Amino acid sequence: MNKLIVSSSPHIRTNNDTPRIMLDVIIALIPALIAGTIIYGIRSLLVVFTCVLTSVVSEFLFNLATKREQSVFDFTAIITGLILGLSLHANAPVWQCVIGSAFAIIVVKCLFGGLGANFANPAATARVFLLVCFSSTLAGGANPVDLKAGATPLEQLANGEKLPDLMDMLLGNRGGSIGEACIIALVIGFAYLVFRRVIHFETPLIMVATVFLLTLIVTGDVNTALYHVLGGGLVFGAVFMATDYVTTPITRTGKMIFAFGCGLITFLIRMYGNYPEGVSFAILLMNILSPYIESWTKPKAFGKRGSK
Amino acid sequence: MFRIGNLKLPHKKHTADMKDARISTPNTVVLPMSQYIGAPALPIVKVGQQVCVGTKVAEADGKVSAAIHSPVSGIVKKIGDFLLANGKSCQAITIESDGKMTLDPGITPPVVNSAEDLCQAIRESGLVGLGGAGFPTANKLENAINKKIDMIIVNGAECEPYITIDNRTMIDGAEYVARGVKLIEKFIPGPQQIVIAIEENKPDAIAKLTALLKDDPKVRIEVLPSIYPQGAEKILIYNLTGRVVPEGKLPSDVGCVMFNVTSVAFMAHYLETGIPFVWKTVTVDGSAVKSPKNVTAPIGTSLRDILTFADADFNNLGKVLYGGPMMGIAAYNLDDPIYKNTSAVIALNKADSLPKTQYPCIHCGKCIQNCPVGLNPTAFVKAMNISDKNDRAAMLEKASVLSCIDCGCCSYVCPSRRPLVENNKLAKADLRKTLASKNN
Ligand code: SF4
Ligand code: SF4
Repeated sequence: MNKLIVSSSPHIRTNNDTPRIMLDVIIALIPALIAGTIIYGIRSLLVVFTCVLTSVVSEFLFNLATKREQSVFDFTAIITGLILGLSLHANAPVWQCVIGSAFAIIVVKCLFGGLGANFANPAATARVFLLVCFSSTLAGGANPVDLKAGATPLEQLANGEKLPDLMDMLLGNRGGSIGEACIIALVIGFAYLVFRRVIHFETPLIMVATVFLLTLIVTGDVNTALYHVLGGGLVFGAVFMATDYVTTPITRTGKMIFAFGCGLITFLIRMYGNYPEGVSFAILLMNILSPYIESWTKPKAFGKRGSK
Repeated sequence: MFRIGNLKLPHKKHTADMKDARISTPNTVVLPMSQYIGAPALPIVKVGQQVCVGTKVAEADGKVSAAIHSPVSGIVKKIGDFLLANGKSCQAITIESDGKMTLDPGITPPVVNSAEDLCQAIRESGLVGLGGAGFPTANKLENAINKKIDMIIVNGAECEPYITIDNRTMIDGAEYVARGVKLIEKFIPGPQQIVIAIEENKPDAIAKLTALLKDDPKVRIEVLPSIYPQGAEKILIYNLTGRVVPEGKLPSDVGCVMFNVTSVAFMAHYLETGIPFVWKTVTVDGSAVKSPKNVTAPIGTSLRDILTFADADFNNLGKVLYGGPMMGIAAYNLDDPIYKNTSAVIALNKADSLPKTQYPCIHCGKCIQNCPVGLNPTAFVKAMNISDKNDRAAMLEKASVLSCIDCGCCSYVCPSRRPLVENNKLAKADLRKTLASKNN
């Protein structure tokens, strides 16, 4: 007698599963990694590699210690490590990379229940954590030429120093973090994610546009507004941190509001705060608001809508 | 044009060009008394009684119910309890065939002179809606006559993968479809429009029906993009008219009545021959079926007989489905029969039947974006974790769980393969139970 398998419908599923989505994010980060390595040299790879390795090992050990199902093969720890590594600058001390990654995975992700259950973006939170703890070594960005800690364009802007020209800003020939310098590489990653339908195109656009427009309105200077968009980690954060599924509202409208909020807070911190950067702070603050945005933007059931 | 539904599924309509093949008469047929929404039918035959093709063996019980007739000639073997694939149980009549297929001498074409006659005749025929839930067709006809209706929709969307029986009806039985439409026009004069909705992946069907009905000013053939779940009643009504059927209401409340295209063809056939609804064509396909076909078989034929006829690989059988892969119900016993509203028997091999790896919900929102009726299935998951049943019910109601049409889109797209539809079904049952206990 044949034993039939019985289960609930549907009996077919899409091939696009969670590891495949995560793999897409990794692929989208590669141009930024390559560009960062070219601009800031081979030490960039050491920083990123340390973060990735520490993230994966931390998750593995945490699962082992707490007897949870092993989850390192879903690629999400790799992403956290990659994003964190790329958001640091190329001469970040290795031991600080290790601390940051372990903090991201163990404290921000695993202690809250692992994939899907954390409320804050692990990479953004770890970056904020590192910035606050080790501001002497980690603030600012590496200088492309000699890797000495140098000022980022935003700091130069704040101090009224001479700025790199806009073409160099697009190519990434300026001080900054490994992954955020080359805007062109980030745009390639963005296009890939939109093409693969991993993210909605409007989320990063709204965040970037919000910063641009607010800066333009307040300063009245297109050039300054452009430097705000291209300098610092805005594009990187908008494409790779503000689009994280887990820590942003689940609805599409919610994600738009989230993106606007991120842009607004980034702008406020940069303009009126102490830090010339503000992207990871903004994302972290909006992560906290996510559940509320989500409850304001609940979808409306079809049977409760009016006829057209 | 209004549009909901944006899911593009692999069509897999391998049998679209195949005329139906008749199965040889099975040795026995099993006729469960509950084959549709509504009250189970009441057996009116005794064990040992001789029956013919078309002999009524069970009477409709009350208003929402349909009669059942014997699809073979032979002897009533057994009347006993039967466990349905949906987990409920009812009585079933088992008939042993004598292989002769003698038609009941009492069968004559019904005389229909009025709308009431039509309802009565269709009620006698035992026809139920063939699109999905199996609502008795006579009840829909009554709605069409008694309520204020301005549009009748003939549903030929057939959006589930694999299934091609409506497509074949519209090609091989195009004349019957046309005659059925004329019948509706003649006896239900209210509606100004009869719209036949067909998805664009059925060009032959569209061409045939257009040729037959193009001169009829009341009839419009609407070609729709192939999108799942286009054929779902409320979705199709919206996509054709922009009307929203409110939660808990019927299409007739917004001026529409919908018939499946095969039901319409059957009505015409029945009025000409008087042979009740005892045979059914089903698409037999799936990865475990070696020669997919459209099979016409007596209702009550076992899945085993049907799969044998289509040369299924019984050694590599994983799942057997009543209906398509999106909404079909998994059978647990190959000796169970096909029902009146079975549209397909899909057999999947073991590899295709095993559950895929699940991951935690990553909050991606794809389930929400793909829900055709605007629900948030993750809210039902959260609600079902609430232990107090009244709180649970309140949250489920607020999230409109009863609007869920079980279309399967949410589970289909979920990259973490969460069992969302399963949870939806549990949630609906749970809410209904709590509501019922409150009302008592
Ligand atoms: S099964 Fe229900 S919740 Fe899921 S997509 Fe369909 S209607 Fe929406
Ligand atoms: S589709 Fe799946 S993973 Fe995405 S939000 Fe819905 S349940 Fe969660």
